[in-house]
Amino acid sequence: MRSFLATALDRSSSHAGRGWQIAAATIAFLVVLPILTLLTIATQSSGDLWPHLISYVLPHALTQTALLLLGVSLIVVSLGTGSAWLVTAYDFPLRRMFEWALLLPLAIPTYIIAFAYLDLMHPIGPVQSVLRALFGLAPRDLRFLEMRSLTGCIFVLGIVLYPYVYLFARAMFLMQAASVVDAARMLGAGPLKVFFRVVLPMARPAIAVGTSLALMEAINDIGASEFLGVQTLTVSIYATWINRTSLPGAAQIAIAMLVVVVALIVLERTARTRQRYAAEASRARRLQPIRLKGSMALLAVLLCLVPVLLGFVAPALHLANEAWKRLSFAGFSPRLVEETLNTMLLAGTATLVIILAGLVVAFAARQSQLGLQILRVASLGYAVPGTVLAIGLLWPMAALDGALNRLGLVSGMFLSGSVAALIYAYAARFMAISAGGIEAGLARIPPSYDQAARLLGRTRAGTIRAIHLPLVRPALLTAALLVFVDCMKELPATLLLRPLAFETLATHLYGEAARGTYEDGAIAALLIVLFGLIPVILLARLSRKEG
Amino acid sequence: MTVGNSLRRWAPGMLLTSSIMLVAQGAFADEVNIYTTREPGLIQPLLDAFTKESGIQVKTVALKDGLAERVASEGENSPADVLMTVDFGNLVDLVEAGVTQPVKSEVLESAIPANLRDADGNWFALSLRARVLYADKELNDLTSFTYEELADPKWDGKVCIRSGKHPYNIALISTMIAKDGVEKTEAWLQGVKNNLARPAAGGDRDVARDILGGICEIGIANSYYVGLMRSGKGGPEQEEWAKAIKVILPTFADGSGTQVNVSGAAVAKHAPNKDNAVKLLEYLVSDEAQGIYASANYEYPVKPGAPVDPIIEALGPLKVDATQLTEIAANRKTAAELVDKVGFDE
Repeated sequence: MRSFLATALDRSSSHAGRGWQIAAATIAFLVVLPILTLLTIATQSSGDLWPHLISYVLPHALTQTALLLLGVSLIVVSLGTGSAWLVTAYDFPLRRMFEWALLLPLAIPTYIIAFAYLDLMHPIGPVQSVLRALFGLAPRDLRFLEMRSLTGCIFVLGIVLYPYVYLFARAMFLMQAASVVDAARMLGAGPLKVFFRVVLPMARPAIAVGTSLALMEAINDIGASEFLGVQTLTVSIYATWINRTSLPGAAQIAIAMLVVVVALIVLERTARTRQRYAAEASRARRLQPIRLKGSMALLAVLLCLVPVLLGFVAPALHLANEAWKRLSFAGFSPRLVEETLNTMLLAGTATLVIILAGLVVAFAARQSQLGLQILRVASLGYAVPGTVLAIGLLWPMAALDGALNRLGLVSGMFLSGSVAALIYAYAARFMAISAGGIEAGLARIPPSYDQAARLLGRTRAGTIRAIHLPLVRPALLTAALLVFVDCMKELPATLLLRPLAFETLATHLYGEAARGTYEDGAIAALLIVLFGLIPVILLARLSRKEG
Repeated sequence: MTVGNSLRRWAPGMLLTSSIMLVAQGAFADEVNIYTTREPGLIQPLLDAFTKESGIQVKTVALKDGLAERVASEGENSPADVLMTVDFGNLVDLVEAGVTQPVKSEVLESAIPANLRDADGNWFALSLRARVLYADKELNDLTSFTYEELADPKWDGKVCIRSGKHPYNIALISTMIAKDGVEKTEAWLQGVKNNLARPAAGGDRDVARDILGGICEIGIANSYYVGLMRSGKGGPEQEEWAKAIKVILPTFADGSGTQVNVSGAAVAKHAPNKDNAVKLLEYLVSDEAQGIYASANYEYPVKPGAPVDPIIEALGPLKVDATQLTEIAANRKTAAELVDKVGFDE
C-alpha cells in the first residue's frame, strides 16, 4: 500500500520522475526500433508463402522447437537448480571450487560447443574410438551417439545454458531465510522434501528468470541448431529469408514467434502474481551448510562434476588440443592479437553503454507502473533471433544517417557499417539482461529506504546515489558481466553489421567454420573461451562476496 | 570493489578508443572495398596478389547472409565497390535487388564465356566448381554414376549430404527440375531423402569424414574440397578423410554432363571506386589470378584454356552440363519448396 507520505513525495518531485521516464522511453524506443522495422517489413506481401509454410514447414518446426525448449528447460532447471542448492545447503570437498566452476560453461558459445561435440562424438573422434576398442564394436553400432539430432542439440544447448539458472537460483538460495528451511527440517521433512516442497517453490521467480534467459538463447540459436540439422522455427525464418528470398515472410514468422514468447512469459508471470515473494528488509540468518560425509559427499562431488566436465572441461580440452595442433601446423596468426583487442574493446564499450542505458530504464521502472511497462518493451529484442534483429536495424540506421547528413553534422555513412552499429545492435539484443537484472536488484530494496532518504532531505538523484547504487551494485555488476560475455560471443549481428576490414574473434572463427575448417578456428575459439572466462570468474567471485 | 574500480579506470579509455575507431574509417587514396559472402580465407590469396600488382588497397567485409539487404540499406553512401558471392542464384538475386550496375569491359567479355556472365554485364562468373560424388574408396562400378542414382534404394541408409536448402544443393535440384520436371524431381528427392544415413546438415567435407567414420558410403559435395583435403592444406586429419574416398564426376541420366556452379562478382551500383572495382574484376580473370583460383583454391578456372590444378585434373575430364543458368535460377523457388515438401532436412 502506498503511504500518504510516498504520494506526497512523488508529487513534489513528479517533474524529475517524468525526466527519468522520458529518458527511459527514448532508450526503449531506440532498442525496439529494429522490431518496429520488422513489423513494417512483415506487413508487405509474402505471396503464396503461408499455405506452403502451414502444410510443410511449420508443423515440423513447431514440434522441433517445442521439444527443443522442453528438453533444454529440463536440463537447465535440473542442473542449474540442483547444483545451486548443493553448493549452498551442503558442505563437501571441492565445494568452494564448484561454486565458481559451475559458471564456466557460460564462456562457451553455442556454435563452438556444437562443433566441439560433433568432433568428440564422431566415429573417428576420441569417444567412439575408445568405446569401439573397449567393446570391439563397428562404427555403425554406436549410432545413438549421433550429435546431428534433436537430442544432440538439446544436450549441447542445455549443457552451456544451465549457468543462467544456476546463477539466479544460487543468489536466491543465499538470500532465503534459513528459518524456513530449519522449520521444515524440524517438522521432520527429509532433504528431498525440504528441497521440493520448501526451497524450490520459494526460488521460483529466480528459476523462472534464469530459465527464460536460457530458453530465449535456445529459441534464437542458429549456430548449433543449423549445424546439427535441427529444423527449429529460427532455422525456418532463416530459410524463408534466404531460400525463398522472402524477407517479409521471414519477418512475419519472427514476429509470430515473438508474440508466442511474450505470451509465455506473461503467462508465467501471471501464474506467479498471486504468490508473494517478499524480501526481508533486514537480512535473515544465512543457511548453515550441512556437512556431508562418505558416500553422500562423493555423490555431491560427482553431481557437481558432471555439468562442469561436460559443459566446460571436455570441450575446452578439445579446443586446446586442436589449437595446439594448429599452432604447430600453421603457426599463430598475428591477426588474432588485433582481433582479440577488437573483441574486448567492443564488448567492453558495448557493456558500458548497455548498463548505463539499463540503469536509466530500471530506475524508471522502479518509479512507476508506466516505467515497468517501458522496461518490458525495451527487453523485447532478446526474444528475436540475432540476424533478424540486425536486418531490422539496417534501415533505421540508414535513416538516422540520412537525417544526420541533412542536418549537415556528418557526410556519408556514420552509423551504418561502423562500430557504433554493432554497439546499437548489442544494446537492442541484450537490454533485457541489463535492465531486467538491475530492476530485479532494485526490487529488493524496500521503498521505506527511499522514503527515509527523502525525509532526510535527499533529492531523488541524491537518493539514487546514496541508497540505490550501493545496494544495487551486486546486481549491476552481475548484469554487466553477463552482458559482456554475451557481447563477446555474439555472432550473427556482428557478422552482418561490422565495418570493412574489422574482425572479432567470433567472426574470425566463423570465417574458418564457413570453409569447413573449424579446426583452423580452434585458436580463435580457445581465445573466446579464455577471455570469456575472465568475466565469468569475476562473476563467481562477486556471487561469493554477495553470499 | 575491484571490479568496480577497474571498470571505472577503463571506462574513459574504452569510450575514447571506440570513438577513435569510429572516425578512423578515413579513406585510402587508392582502394577498393569488397562485400563478400565468400570464405575470407579462400579469396585472400587473390586479393593479396592484386594489391601487389596494382598497389590498390583492398578492404573486405565477409558476411554470411544479408549482403543485398546491407548494400541496399546503405544506398548512395555505401562504400561497397565489389560484391562477391558464390552460386549464380545469389548473383541473380543481387541484380534483382538493384544493388549492381552494368559494366562494359573488353577484358571481361573476352575472358568469360557468354553463358557465364550476365548479358548486361551486371555480374561475372570468376571460377567454377563441380558438384561431385564422394564414395568409399572400396566401392567399384561407379564410373558412370548419375545424380538420378542417388535415389536408388540400393543406397538405403548410405548417403550423406549437407542441407537440401544450401544453395549448392538447391542449384542441383533446380537443374534436375529443368531436365525431368517437378513431379519426377520430387520423387527423386524423396528417394534421396529415404537413403540418407544422417540428417542433411553440416558441410561438404563432413561427407568425406563420415565416409571414413563408416556413417555413409557415398555423398555429394563440391570438387574443390577434394583439393583442399588431399593437398594437406586442411591439415593432416583432413588428408586422412580424403584418403578414405574416391571422387567421381557424375552426370545426369541424359548423359549431358556434370552439374557446375560458379563463384562470381558484381560492381556495386553506387561504387565509390568504380574504376578500381573493374580493375579488380579484370585482374581476377587474368592468367595469374585464374591460376591462383586453380592452385590455391582448387576451383576450375572460368577462362577457357587456363590450367587446372593436378589434383583436380586427376579427377578426370570435366564435361559441364549444358542447362542454361537462367533456367536453373528460375527453378530455385520450386526447388526450395520441394525440399520442404519431402522434409529433406527433417
